[in-house]
Amino acid sequence: VSGAHVGRSTPVPDVLIREQMGPYSLAGDDKLHEALDKTWKPATGPFRWFLQVDHHILGKRFIITAFIWFALGGILALLMRTQLARPENPFLSADQYNQIFTMHGVTMMFLFAVPVMEAVAVYMIPLLVGSRALAFPRLTAFSYYMFLFGGIMIYAAFLLNMAPDTGWFAYFPLSSPEYAPGKRVDAWAQLVNFTEISALAVAIEIVVTVLKQRAPGMSINRIPLYVWSMLVTSFMIVFAMPAVMMASNYMALDRLVGTHFFNPAEGGDPLLWQHMFWFFGHPEVYIIFIPALGMVSTIVTTFCGRKVFGYTAMVLAQIATGFIGFGLWVHHMFATGLPQSGESFFTAASIMIAIPSGVQIFCWIATIWLGKPRFEPPLLFVLGFVAIFVLGGLSGVMVASIPIDLQVHDTFFVVAHLHYVLIGGAVFPLLGILYYWFPKMTGRLMNARAGHISFWLLFVGFNLTFFPMHKLGLIGMPRRIYTYHPETGWARLNLLSTLGAAVLAAGVLVYIGNALVSAKRGRIAGRNPWDAPTLEWATASPPPHYNFIHVPVVSDPEPLWHDPQHAPVVTGLSTIEKEVLITRTFDAEPDHRYTLPTPTPWPFLTALATGLMFVGLMFTPWALVAGIPVATVMAIGWFWPTTPEKEGEVPSEHAKVDSAEAPA
Amino acid sequence: MQRQVIDISALPDHAFGSRSIMWWSTCTIIAIEATVFAVAIASYFYLQGNEETWPPPNIMLPGLKWGTVNVAIMLASLVPNELVKRASEQLDLRKVRLWSVVADLFAVAFIVVRGLEFTTLNVDWDSNAYGSVLWTLLGLHTIHLVTELGEGVVLTVLMFTKHGREPRRFVDLYEGCFYWYFVVLSWLPIYVVLYWVPRIL
Repeated sequence: VSGAHVGRSTPVPDVLIREQMGPYSLAGDDKLHEALDKTWKPATGPFRWFLQVDHHILGKRFIITAFIWFALGGILALLMRTQLARPENPFLSADQYNQIFTMHGVTMMFLFAVPVMEAVAVYMIPLLVGSRALAFPRLTAFSYYMFLFGGIMIYAAFLLNMAPDTGWFAYFPLSSPEYAPGKRVDAWAQLVNFTEISALAVAIEIVVTVLKQRAPGMSINRIPLYVWSMLVTSFMIVFAMPAVMMASNYMALDRLVGTHFFNPAEGGDPLLWQHMFWFFGHPEVYIIFIPALGMVSTIVTTFCGRKVFGYTAMVLAQIATGFIGFGLWVHHMFATGLPQSGESFFTAASIMIAIPSGVQIFCWIATIWLGKPRFEPPLLFVLGFVAIFVLGGLSGVMVASIPIDLQVHDTFFVVAHLHYVLIGGAVFPLLGILYYWFPKMTGRLMNARAGHISFWLLFVGFNLTFFPMHKLGLIGMPRRIYTYHPETGWARLNLLSTLGAAVLAAGVLVYIGNALVSAKRGRIAGRNPWDAPTLEWATASPPPHYNFIHVPVVSDPEPLWHDPQHAPVVTGLSTIEKEVLITRTFDAEPDHRYTLPTPTPWPFLTALATGLMFVGLMFTPWALVAGIPVATVMAIGWFWPTTPEKEGEVPSEHAKVDSAEAPA
Repeated sequence: MQRQVIDISALPDHAFGSRSIMWWSTCTIIAIEATVFAVAIASYFYLQGNEETWPPPNIMLPGLKWGTVNVAIMLASLVPNELVKRASEQLDLRKVRLWSVVADLFAVAFIVVRGLEFTTLNVDWDSNAYGSVLWTLLGLHTIHLVTELGEGVVLTVLMFTKHGREPRRFVDLYEGCFYWYFVVLSWLPIYVVLYWVPRIL
């Protein structure tokens, strides 16, 4: 699976092992490596794809799958831009355009933005907190398959001319059985079930891993900011996703068994849909954006060579953003005629959230100011993020005020705003951090020149595409129209925007091409190519399956910048079972050992049964009756212990490596 | 060059309560499920705000009897549930087996009574939005009851096999009891909403 981790079958010189194992190794660790490598080995054989529980393998799969959906969503965007490049273009029909803009939004929001942030975390969080694995490995596998099946389901529906066509937020009454007959909207409702189950499962794993599996000494004031950001994000997922799951299930019930939640003729209310959707939908924006904040802090710290300015303020700002993010949802509904006092409250909250964002922006500026910035591609992506996100924030403060919102609601101004916030706020940091973590995941560096080229193409292309949309919105172009008349005067700006989209697409192609070529032929990275301070760089690139030869003991938020060769290490975890160290929640003192499961097909089978049930539920409620018993059998197979577990003491490594000698 | 080594091989291989990762994952799941119930209850009140009378005209109030009986059964089930929890913590296999079976019988009892509850709602799910939200709230909680019974039975059977001696199974059972508390206690607000809000508000 991973080519370059230490050991394998050929003997490796001791010196090399030490270089690969990093600063937290002891003399004689090559023997320990052999034992751990055998114990933590992923599944092999022809069916291994269905059996894996290794967080590296699943994390990579998750990232690659999310980028496949990203590419498809991008192609849909290019189709839309082609259609709008000139007035009265016959390229797409209205019906095709409706499906395409809906699929673009659904793909980017449900199949890319949230999953890719969790995907990166699945790979990186255990490394950053100094653990051997992510908590609940089988749940990670289940989550991945649910995500994969959901995407396959919705694109299969698209190919069958059954894709949702009522916008990514699927408003009622447009999505009601009367106005949207057929199965298109049912596909939307079930896709939400797939992706939200997947997202919630990973959120649970991240919460538990961050709270209970940190390396000894990593008390809560030493948790890396990226890890903090994923913890806050995971809690937001926990409290936001249930709203959209309930909404989509109400939707499915209304459409399938004749309930009346959103039917005003029988006491229901279409506005209830908007409340439930946006109670999820607005936190969703921060679920996408807060991980990016952590990524930016990570990159700024490493490439400025100093600890981040205002660590505590940064953590508090992330948490504050998480809380305030739940108080904004009504600003999506200003045009629905809600009571004015309520609207004013949400305007105030919407403006207030600029405060924690501002705190972080100034902390980053201070870090860059006080440090020695190295302008390598990851830092460029961060600077691009700052520029674009500040613009998106400014248009955000504008639409947070009710009079402006009423003026530009449902126009291209909002399209411009949301892309500035989401692409600027999340995709740029994501591309930066993937460039940064690429050597950790593959063992090879991405090409720097291609990295610079891709950044500038993306930055210029992005602004060319989306900046004109502000103006288009202000001069009255509504969103979600498949064409327009020549007399409107919108043609030139639309053409400019389409040309920009081509440049943007070229940037994405260069980035992805760079990744694909570098994965095979890039320069060998070594353990810590950026001289970065956090624990993921303390082990080989790519990491061995057990992550750390010894769990490190840390005494600083930037452990690798503070003499890691002399820091204490942990010994005594089992070498014959996949054991992780559980530490205490706040001070991270060692507490107990916990054994993780070996490869298993049950998560795949459970996901398959659940997935088929969801597909069936697009057509008949009886799918529930048929599906639940099958899924239950699969789940029992999952939970049933496989081997009679040993009684008495588990042999452990400590007997073999008691000579506590650090490498010179 | 010497370095300090922290040998953790003597630490236990399981722990109960907030020390355990099962406790934290159960808490997170409870947070998710509680949000689900909260959203459903919020939508109930939202829909109530659209009506002049509640229940809407010409609909009888839901029958009180079976819902109230179920409150009693569920609260009573907390006794065997707590006994399973305590026996698990002491790794007392004999007591665990006994009280798990009793607890599962309680679960069967309140699912039977739940079936009777559905017959006395006095409205269908497709009559109007009031009926829809009533059936959904009761259905949601029933899904939790059935899941909990399923989990309980699997764990009980497990405790009668060779796996029952493994300390981690006791942790699983212990966390199962913790979740049971949530399932029972979450019924109380739903019960009040379903049966008493239409009578009082």
